Amino acid sequence: MRRWQPFEWIAALRFLLEGRMQSLFIVAGVTVGVGVIVFMSAILTGMTANMMKRILNSQAHIELVPADEIARPLRGGDAVLRLETVQRPTQRIRSIDQWQSIRDRLTREPEVTHVAATVSGSALAVRGSASRSVTVVAVEPETYFPIVDLPGALTEGHARLASDEVVIGTELAKELGVSIGDRLRLTSATGASVNQTITGLFDLGNRGVNLRNVYVALRTGQALLGLIGGATALEVTLTDVYAAEEVARAIQASTGVEADSWITTNAQFFTVMKTQFSTNTSIRVLVALSVAFGIASVLVVSVVQRSKEIGILRAMGAKRGQILRIFLIQGGVLGLVGSLFGSAMGIGSLTIFHALMRNADGSEFFPLVLDWSLPAWAAALATLTGVFAAAAPAVRAARLDPVVAIRG
Amino acid sequence: MADDVLALEAVTKSFAVGTPVEVEVLHGIDLTLARGEFVALIGPSGSGKSTLLNLIGLLDRPTAGRIALAGAETTRLDDRDLTRLRGRTIGFVFQYHHLISAFTAEENVMMPLLVDRGFPDATMRARARDLLERFHLGPWAEQGVASLSGGQQQRVAIARALAMDPALVLADEPTGNLDTRSSDVAFDLMREINRERGTTFLIVTHDPRLAARCDRIVEVVDGRLVSDRPNVATNGAL
Ligand SMILES: Nc1ncnc2c1ncn2[C@@H]1O[C@H](COP(=O)(O)OP(=O)(O)OP(=O)(O)O)[C@@H](O)[C@H]1O
Ligand SMILES: [Mg+2]
Repeated sequence: MRRWQPFEWIAALRFLLEGRMQSLFIVAGVTVGVGVIVFMSAILTGMTANMMKRILNSQAHIELVPADEIARPLRGGDAVLRLETVQRPTQRIRSIDQWQSIRDRLTREPEVTHVAATVSGSALAVRGSASRSVTVVAVEPETYFPIVDLPGALTEGHARLASDEVVIGTELAKELGVSIGDRLRLTSATGASVNQTITGLFDLGNRGVNLRNVYVALRTGQALLGLIGGATALEVTLTDVYAAEEVARAIQASTGVEADSWITTNAQFFTVMKTQFSTNTSIRVLVALSVAFGIASVLVVSVVQRSKEIGILRAMGAKRGQILRIFLIQGGVLGLVGSLFGSAMGIGSLTIFHALMRNADGSEFFPLVLDWSLPAWAAALATLTGVFAAAAPAVRAARLDPVVAIRG
Repeated sequence: MADDVLALEAVTKSFAVGTPVEVEVLHGIDLTLARGEFVALIGPSGSGKSTLLNLIGLLDRPTAGRIALAGAETTRLDDRDLTRLRGRTIGFVFQYHHLISAFTAEENVMMPLLVDRGFPDATMRARARDLLERFHLGPWAEQGVASLSGGQQQRVAIARALAMDPALVLADEPTGNLDTRSSDVAFDLMREINRERGTTFLIVTHDPRLAARCDRIVEVVDGRLVSDRPNVATNGAL
């Protein structure tokens, strides 16, 4: 007995130690439950972070593009002619009106970190007899590279983007059989064409982008796509990636330009993630419930087994509150100890799983994100769950009539 | 009398057996115990001895009548105050020792002190150790109580009852489960403490031999106090 330990703690811990088997089994149960939660949550967080990194590698948080041109149906025409049957006119490449002033305004917004004007459109990349249709993305390195780290994604060469240079993806290079120093002819739909030297190969971690995008200087792109002085898009990054949706809506409302957040353009990814997270939440709730029922049932049995001892404690002057606390503490301690072992088990198996599971190319299957707030939360919640679960048995113990309990 | 440890006045106790039906088990008991008395409570089985002890020990409330303990009127106290008064003025010894098996002998003896004060300290331990040595249990102080013999366990239980130095010890057939030798040892210890500390004892017993060694014998039959006499054999003697 330690001096600083109050009576209730001493009794609770002794009771748990004495009922060794019961305590051991329930702690094992809590351990498994918490272990599963820690393991699953960490994998989910890691995978999400991975996916997000992949997406945001090659994409800004918000992209501003000219509003769609809308075809106006004839008024008072045939009633059968419904609005949705009106065909949208084919959208030609257009510049954003007044894009310089919009860019300057956005730059001043506190939640905006970078803005870059780009011109993009489709073109045909020709090398000898091989050709591929590509998306030409014309950028100014100094404004665009802080948003998409193209230099950082280069596997070879440089990305200075002089007017006669082009940087292409590794996949496209493979398809066309070209390498650094080779020349590539780009021809747009307007018939204009330029001859560029390949100075860099990039891998942005996304096969589609690696195959499709070719990066040239802004002026080169403007000339090729027939948009001198224009910008087909303004790329924007924010301090808070998750605020993109709201900020996009605000920009759209204030500028009249269409603003798409990365959350909208990757809606499918977010739907999948949401499902995953809600599945994870339901599993957490179910595990918490089974932990609670397990602890409660162990303590109910313990109260019955110890009713004589509880009676004698009451006879020697123990108050109802003291008896109540003895059992609440037991519940909390079972939850806490189980969650500590569970967190250790979860983190341990994560580390092993992380070491064993590899993608085909040997890269990690999911990033190992060990967030220490997760075990801390698990411990806090499991302790609370234990205390709540102990409530019913504890009240029962506190209400025991000592006369009945002692006569037994 | 100011020196009364206990005063019962017209105490009755009924139990509900089936919703409307009540049986009265104790019918108007008057009883006073003075400080330092060593009293046997005898009577046939089912006469109400244990029921009476539970009322005196504040484990149960009387249906009617008044109980004063160490000068304090208990009838109007709430559960909390009853518990506190019980813990500080009464020690219990039962037929079965009811020791708490998760604790050592010494810890069991200090338990009433721990319950009362909330935190363990060295004086409690010393007090428990003294009592155990006194009861020839010193070598077993650190042992779990489950490993002790029946007689040893009951002596630990008596030591526990004395830990708070209570004014009154209530013992319900304390030797009912012991062989003659162990029961004599336990009885002698209670007698010694009574003489030394002036602790009042009220002991329920079926053993005429032990009753004969008490100073006063109270007999209950069918819930009534039928006789209350000093025991000439011990009075004045010793
Ligand atoms: N909770 C209760 N409900 C109903 N009847 C009870 C209750 N407790 C005791 N009785 C009855 O009261 C009477 C007295 O019981 P009590 O236990 O006080 O007797 P006793 O004198 O201690 O008997 P013994 O010597 O056998 O221990 C008995 O008839 C018993 O059945
Ligand atoms: Mg009895």
